[in-house]
Amino acid sequence: MSEYRIQGNTGEWEVVIGLEVHAQVTSESKLFSSSSTGFGAEPNSHVSLVDAAMPGMLPVPNRECLRQAVRTGMAINAQINRWSRFDRKNYFYADLPQGYQISQLYHPIVGEGEIEVTLNEKDPDSPTKKIGIERIHVEQDAGKLMHDQHPTMSFVDLNRSGVALMEIVSRPDMRSPQEAGAYVKKLRSILRYVGSCDGNMEQGSMRADVNVSVRKPGGELGTRTETKNVNSIRFMMQAIEYEAQRQVDLIESGGAVVQETRLFDANKMETRPMRSKEDAHDYRYFPDPDLLPVELDDAFLEECRASLPELPDAKRARYESLGLTAYNAAVLTAEAETAFWFEDLLAQGVDARQGSNWLMSELFGALNKLGKTLDESPVSPKQAAELLRLVSDGTISGSIAKQVFEIMLETGQAASAIVEEKGLKQTSDTGAIEAEIAKIMAANEDKVAEYRSGKDKLFGFFVGQTMKAMQGKANPQIINDLLKKALG
Amino acid sequence: MSVDKDTVNKIARLSRIAISDAEADKMVGELNGILAWVEQLGEVNVTGVEPMTAVISNTLRLRDDVVTDGDVRDKVLANAPAKEGSFFGVPKVIE
Repeated sequence: MSEYRIQGNTGEWEVVIGLEVHAQVTSESKLFSSSSTGFGAEPNSHVSLVDAAMPGMLPVPNRECLRQAVRTGMAINAQINRWSRFDRKNYFYADLPQGYQISQLYHPIVGEGEIEVTLNEKDPDSPTKKIGIERIHVEQDAGKLMHDQHPTMSFVDLNRSGVALMEIVSRPDMRSPQEAGAYVKKLRSILRYVGSCDGNMEQGSMRADVNVSVRKPGGELGTRTETKNVNSIRFMMQAIEYEAQRQVDLIESGGAVVQETRLFDANKMETRPMRSKEDAHDYRYFPDPDLLPVELDDAFLEECRASLPELPDAKRARYESLGLTAYNAAVLTAEAETAFWFEDLLAQGVDARQGSNWLMSELFGALNKLGKTLDESPVSPKQAAELLRLVSDGTISGSIAKQVFEIMLETGQAASAIVEEKGLKQTSDTGAIEAEIAKIMAANEDKVAEYRSGKDKLFGFFVGQTMKAMQGKANPQIINDLLKKALG
Repeated sequence: MSVDKDTVNKIARLSRIAISDAEADKMVGELNGILAWVEQLGEVNVTGVEPMTAVISNTLRLRDDVVTDGDVRDKVLANAPAKEGSFFGVPKVIE
């Protein structure tokens, strides 16, 4: 999709990237316990005895978490495994009270799928590429460690401990930082459409482990490194750039890449190895004896499929068939937030083309100025629909609609109330318009003569003058008709 | 399959179980005995036999997604060797 080559002393190098994205499943309660997943609570308050791994506590899986993983799998056309199983991944760390993470190594709930990504999701002509997804499995999150609160101790908060994560593992199909960025954006968009993850990277709902290796174009795969827990798309792209260059420099200076886990330091913009013991990766996986296999029946799978929303690619195609430009359709579907807002507008009976143009020029422009997101829009789809109806039924002109919209943004008043109060109704009173046209022609005899001698472009001047004289309240179509008649 | 003393020591270390040299020696014999017995099972032809996942056939019980637990901070922290305010305190670990 994008040509990305690192120029080394020995020629060009190609970068090979695979991503493991950890996405927090949207659910009220945790994967194996009934305590809350709410963000930002008092430390250790969203913790049950299960989450704290007290002796004798048993895990009971949350149906909703499995359902969301299956729906996500369906959204990327993946194979859904009716039979899956939980395994224990054993390691000791202070944020993991059980001493093991319950995960799915051998039999994940979702198998192979793929998503189509584009370098610029808002440009319909941007090239696309399919990125393979190897699997999605469900697992527990760990707690949170804080290191800067005490001279000799780290502090542990287990509120996140046991929250459900989906680990979405891609194939090593990406070849540039841009492709990796596009993949995460598309994945995040799909997760938000499906409603299985809020995609909020700042709050840690989504983070990526980045596998990078380099090779001579088309050659054998090189040794890869894994950079852990990168929590923004920008950082991920920077980490890939840095890591690929580091590997090229290393190989060309006679060294060899070591398969290792690294960390990205956003301040220094570099990756560095994690100081782990060499046997830290001996996880001694085995099936969790506390849990029976997960078996999904037809009814469960049917509900998952039936509850899937229209996904971005299908929505974009449908919007184009409704007469939207390819650009508008691409912009309106790229983010779930925008698509859902637009759907609400359409549900109010607004014409798709009129609605999309208004949303993209007027509303986006206004929100941009206010520094607000669509979710924070002071004008709701219902209020917007009323405004647009006033335009389409000829009650107000397009230029008046802009003024009305300004007032709506400030006061939150309904469009019809503003039009009524300020007397902004468009006039189709031909007599009044004709009178103004006559005045304008009298005041601009020279221009009338020029127009009549073939300077067609002056027509716009007369329209503008008439509209101005009518204070923007005249029906533009009627102005056009009357002017044509008057100017001959 | 069999284990030697180094493997036993490594597994003990990974499991955070302290064992003495004498215990490790004893463990090598015991573990190899168990492994040999498990290997015997490999002689049985199980072609076409579904793996048994539970002694009593049963299906996994799933929960509804509702919050009915938590908010027991003091209980959770009660046995902590070091407690700092609302947190567990552990020896400093920094990556």
